[in-house]
Amino acid sequence: MANDKKRIYAWEFPVRFTHWINVACILALSFTGFYIGNPFIYAVSAKEYIMGWIRFIHFVAAYAFLLSMIIRIYWAFVGNKYACYRELLPFSSQKLAELVNALKFYAFISKKPPYKIGHHALAAFTYLIVYLLIIFEIVSGFAMYSVNHSGAIWVILGGWLTGAMSMPMIRLYHHLVMYVILAFALMHVYLAWYSDSREKNGLLMSIFSGYKFSTGNEPDI
Amino acid sequence: MKFSSDDALYEAAESMEALGNNGLSRRDFMKFCSAMAALLALPASFVPKIAEALSGKKPYLVWLAFQDCAGDTEAFLRATNPTAANIVLDVLAVEYHETIMAAAGKQAEKSLMDVVKNHKGEYFVVVEGSIPMKDDGIYCCIGGKSSVDIAREVCGNALATIAVGTCAAYGGIPAALPNPTGAVSVKEAVPNATVINLPGCPVNAENITACIVHYLTFGALPNVDKFGRPYFAYGKRIHDNCERRAHFDAGQFVRQWGDEGHRQGWCLYEMGCKGPESFHNCPTIKYNEGTSWPVQAGHGCIGCSEPNFWDTMSPFYKRLPNVPGFGIESTADKIGAGLAAATAAGILVHGIGRAVSSKKEEEK
Ligand code: HEM
Ligand code: HEM
Ligand code: SF4
Repeated sequence: MANDKKRIYAWEFPVRFTHWINVACILALSFTGFYIGNPFIYAVSAKEYIMGWIRFIHFVAAYAFLLSMIIRIYWAFVGNKYACYRELLPFSSQKLAELVNALKFYAFISKKPPYKIGHHALAAFTYLIVYLLIIFEIVSGFAMYSVNHSGAIWVILGGWLTGAMSMPMIRLYHHLVMYVILAFALMHVYLAWYSDSREKNGLLMSIFSGYKFSTGNEPDI
Repeated sequence: MKFSSDDALYEAAESMEALGNNGLSRRDFMKFCSAMAALLALPASFVPKIAEALSGKKPYLVWLAFQDCAGDTEAFLRATNPTAANIVLDVLAVEYHETIMAAAGKQAEKSLMDVVKNHKGEYFVVVEGSIPMKDDGIYCCIGGKSSVDIAREVCGNALATIAVGTCAAYGGIPAALPNPTGAVSVKEAVPNATVINLPGCPVNAENITACIVHYLTFGALPNVDKFGRPYFAYGKRIHDNCERRAHFDAGQFVRQWGDEGHRQGWCLYEMGCKGPESFHNCPTIKYNEGTSWPVQAGHGCIGCSEPNFWDTMSPFYKRLPNVPGFGIESTADKIGAGLAAATAAGILVHGIGRAVSSKKEEEK
């Protein structure tokens, strides 16, 4: 089997680029967001500007994050089939079966890895949820941002949410969803490594290079 | 001038000299007019216009109190500077106000109805307190009439209604969960009335005065935001005008009541200050003639001028609300730490499971 390995270009540049921009943004936003929620460094003089800079970084990273998401959403419509938005939707009996099998594989019930060049259904579904959480962070973030920045753009990006949720609730969920995203990231890296080591498909390197190895078992080459 | 001298609505003009006879000097009067212009964000050139409008006829005003604590009345009457209160009382013909009127019982109710009948569409109503709607509004009755019926009749026929205090503006504390009396705001109880909201707990008397002065000067109520509050008073966020803001930006926070930071006047953000989500002009005009306001006195803002503040801004001494569905002891950070620990544990267990199962495979 090892000899049939074929290099397949799975993740095009925009997918990899936005992935790493997102990772960098999430790390920066989580660190600065945690500080905003829980200012653990105390200034000794009123001349300092710690909270000021932290919030500045949070907002700059927020813009980068927004743009990165726009690129990824655009690519979901024009990119290759592995980047297509349809890849993320689990709503077909075949995908649901794949999703259940993947769950069994990770729970050591099944020995059959969820071979796939693109995301297998379980991974894809998780990414769908993560993208929705990210969009929630962007909307709720801009909702908070909109209260002291007037302009239609802030209302479109998030200000509309203040009509549906109170400000403290928006803050609370903006804060809580951070932990959900971080928990995902931990699990995601572990499972990427696990899948790579079990399937020998080059998954870990693929998000850097774009290439995966086919083991010959993938239905979606 | 909007109010011509033959207008039956307004009593004979009181000149500035007459005001002077009531213990106000012309200087006090002009000072008051300048302060009002500043509060309404008008250029100084409007001061004479305001003075002229205030020296005109007296519009009628009735003050209704429903489910309230009379805090707004207190704020209004106890303005320490005599000019504001005197001027308002001189400029307006206050025909009905349960707390301060001499008349009582049927006689008092009659004076209210006289205004409604004889000056339909020509008087101001100030409403303080929320209006209970449950069980036909029986939870607040005055002279045998429910407050909702009174409000419909009095506000429905008024020139304009000024809902003062958060209870009248948004239902306030009586409307907080579980809202046993079905309390609502004036606008909800009388949707067809012209209502301007001046929330706050209590309302700032200067803002009531400014609203009336605006009406007398321009013949219209000031512009309002999506919650029906005038921009001149509720257009800026507390946090953006707060005198402790430099400490926020620097990173100097009070961590405990009475700690060094508290003594130094640092930012109250970590003590649950809701200034970042509240809109009011407290930091600039303050209360009791510019004496102080909560944050200056060392207490965080509780967001009292926001709709539903009792439910949404609490707990008042914590930055974030409690997480719904979890006990009140859990904070967002505790839940986050729990989630992180659970994920790490899951990975650990999975890793062990993997080691075990691959051993088994080798044995096969
Ligand atoms: C992964 C993405 C993000 C994470 C993990 C994150 C995290 C956080 C956290 C933990 C807080 C503190 C909340 C609190 O306890 O009060 C916060 C505040 C905030 N975030 Fe984010 N955030 C993210 C994205 C964004 C985005 C895209 C925006 C858009 C502008 C944004 C704008 C804000 C604002 C305005 C605040 C409040 C700042 C203040 O009150 O001074 N965030 N963020
Ligand atoms: C905050 C951290 C991270 C987030 C939110 C995240 C999110 C995602 C998402 C949404 C995808 C799907 C890509 C797409 O189709 O657009 C993905 C794929 C991938 N990521 Fe991450 N990622 C994070 C960190 C990492 C790290 C640190 C690594 C590597 C060590 C990594 C490795 C991969 C790999 C290998 C894939 C392709 C996996 C597959 O098809 O299942 N990720 N990631
Ligand atoms: S005390 Fe409150 S309103 Fe003032 S700067 Fe701090 S958080 Fe903002």
